[in-house]
Amino acid sequence: MEILVILVPLALMLGGAGLVAFLWSLRSGQYDDLDGAAWRAIADDEQPQEAPAKR
Amino acid sequence: MHVTRDFSHYVRTAGEGVQHIDLAVEGVHCAGCMAKIERGLSAIPDVTLARVNLTDRRVALEWKAGTLDPSRFIDRLEELGYKAYPFETESAEVAEVAESRFLLRCLGVAAFATMNVMMLSIPVWSGNVSDMLPEQRDFFHWLSALIALPAAAYAGQPFFRSAWRALSAKTTNMDVPISIGVILALGMSVVETIHHAEHAYFDAAIMLLTFLLVGRFLDQNMRRRTRAVAGNLAALKAETAAKFVGSDEISQVPVAAIHPGDIVLLRPGERCAVDGTVIEGRSEIDQSLITGETLYVTAEHGTPVYAGSMNISGTLRVRVSAASEATLLAEITRLLDNALQARSRYMRLADRASRLYAPVVHATALITILGWVIAGASWHDAIVTGVAVLIITCPCALGLAIPTVQTIASGAMFKSGVLLNSGDAIERLAEADHVIFDKTGTLTLPDLEVMNAADIPADVFELAGRLALSSHHPVAAAVAQAAGARSPIVGAAEEAGQGVRATVDGVELRLGRPSFCGAEALVGSAMVDPEASIVAFSKGSDRFILSVRQGLRPDAQAVIAALKARNIGIEILSGDREPAVKAAAHALDIPEWRAGLTPADKIARIEELKRRGAKVLMVGDGMNDAPSLAAAHVSMSPISAAHLSQATADLVFLGRPLAPVVAAIDASRKALHLMRQNLWLAIGYNVLAVPVAISGVVTPLIAAAAMSGSSILVMLNSLRARSASREIM
Repeated sequence: MEILVILVPLALMLGGAGLVAFLWSLRSGQYDDLDGAAWRAIADDEQPQEAPAKR
Repeated sequence: MHVTRDFSHYVRTAGEGVQHIDLAVEGVHCAGCMAKIERGLSAIPDVTLARVNLTDRRVALEWKAGTLDPSRFIDRLEELGYKAYPFETESAEVAEVAESRFLLRCLGVAAFATMNVMMLSIPVWSGNVSDMLPEQRDFFHWLSALIALPAAAYAGQPFFRSAWRALSAKTTNMDVPISIGVILALGMSVVETIHHAEHAYFDAAIMLLTFLLVGRFLDQNMRRRTRAVAGNLAALKAETAAKFVGSDEISQVPVAAIHPGDIVLLRPGERCAVDGTVIEGRSEIDQSLITGETLYVTAEHGTPVYAGSMNISGTLRVRVSAASEATLLAEITRLLDNALQARSRYMRLADRASRLYAPVVHATALITILGWVIAGASWHDAIVTGVAVLIITCPCALGLAIPTVQTIASGAMFKSGVLLNSGDAIERLAEADHVIFDKTGTLTLPDLEVMNAADIPADVFELAGRLALSSHHPVAAAVAQAAGARSPIVGAAEEAGQGVRATVDGVELRLGRPSFCGAEALVGSAMVDPEASIVAFSKGSDRFILSVRQGLRPDAQAVIAALKARNIGIEILSGDREPAVKAAAHALDIPEWRAGLTPADKIARIEELKRRGAKVLMVGDGMNDAPSLAAAHVSMSPISAAHLSQATADLVFLGRPLAPVVAAIDASRKALHLMRQNLWLAIGYNVLAVPVAISGVVTPLIAAAAMSGSSILVMLNSLRARSASREIM
């Protein structure tokens, strides 16, 4: 049962890290446009600089 | 005259040397639009940010200060095929967004805490039946407390605050039993842990908060979305006015930047965006959006004009007055205030449910405690059982029952072209059993149509349309549109207040007043349509007359029939003249109609219906309808409605058809049915679980399982609101 000494703090840390990541994503506005975000994931990458001139 | 567009009112400074503007964009609905707009705008030099928000249909733009004029973005978007309008965030919307984020933060905290506490609880539950040492169990309980107590203190804020507000006002709401349940559960668990007891309810308390926050967040998010839509609508109306900035120089500025005393120019075919008095010029104005009256009124020096009037023939200079000076508006505003106050007394289904629920639950818990004491149990055991009853009955599923349905139903309504303006509109719309329509702009289309196009040879009509392109008159615009004319006739000249004329291949063409074209004789013999404006067209010695009027919405008849089939009473209340209203009522087969009504008359009629117990749905668009929109049980406006009406209406529908009215009624009825069903599911679950809790055999495992089970059941049931857009006609 000594393993608890490692496992419990580890579990708490992981949970805490998850929470911090969530709060960060919220603060950086990632939940502001849920419809748009769904599409951005499958959109093409930005064209290189010269591309707009060619097209 | 030199015209500029001035958007400086909307530009904000965003950090060092960077300026920011938000634009509301029409017609963005896919990833392709998003990429096209972002690429198109980023290609402009010095633009540092161009980001589309697909949910709210807006674009945020930033650029190096002083390098670009915002009107350039609007022109660029126009080239790309999108209409964009500068947009100002209202303070109400800012508050909704902040509240929404706060709830999401609370939800995040509660959800992570729940996951971690559950991770500690499951070993305890399984340890209780196997071989866990009491010391280990205590250790796990203390760890749970370490996570759950701060998390509940933070994430419970929305409930604690609201409960406190209710209690300070000596009322009660759903949050009172929630707060009492959570605080008691946590307090009891701490005491139990100190005494090395077997059961602690940290997991149940924090899980309860998580589920309730889901419901609360959905509710808030819907409110935020409707607010955003309302903000866009305001921007899309693009209320600008041509303000004189010099004696001969005008600038197109947003209405918000116009002050009393300013002088604005009103050209033919423009809609007035301000209230004021004419100081120069003479014209006919169409005040149908304000009074419902379709006959034009003559405006000259000293005539008051109101926002929403359409200028027809001449150019006017208008001195802007303060809104309070306008007697018509002041009267409407007063009626509106009264009506809004009356409406705020409506109690939402959720509040009604909780008002019945809370006393029952608390009484049950108290009786349980006393009952066990009388039966000979110790006070400690009795209180533990009593708290278990409170935890089990905490309105977890109740909190989800309504917001989940509302969110899904509002999404479905959005798809059929109906936007919600207020959160409880669905409940109220579902109860409606009597529909009152305004005529002008609601049953009829706001734009003019040529009624007798079929009687005129196609080539003549086309020629008339091309000639009409040279006139600013709205009636001419309707002729041009009906004829599908594209190329104007070269050399056409407009005679103010008379018409347009041109000479093609040696033949003189004239379009305008019958007298201008020498066609008075024809008008006399033609069937007189009380609502129509008659335009004459002459080609050489041939004379034709065109009858132009507001046509009925294409599906108005079908919609009325569909409403009748649903056993909903229908009537027309209009500010327009009797013959016009009678004709519309006859065409639509509506026996109940009243004409020539003032806003106060309309309210009186609605009050009369209310006294008879009818739940009235008012559908109207004019400014004169705004007070009755507020007085009715629930109200709807078309997107073309006057600003004030649109802001007052509970729902706004888009497009030319009237069908969204029926679709909205159907969707809301179904939603209300599901809400009720959900409430019964939640209550049914309590009826099953409470005896178990009273008997004192509830363990934290049973509490957790029952709570999540009922919540998931309610959520799944709500998803049924998604299915099936039934055939409405």
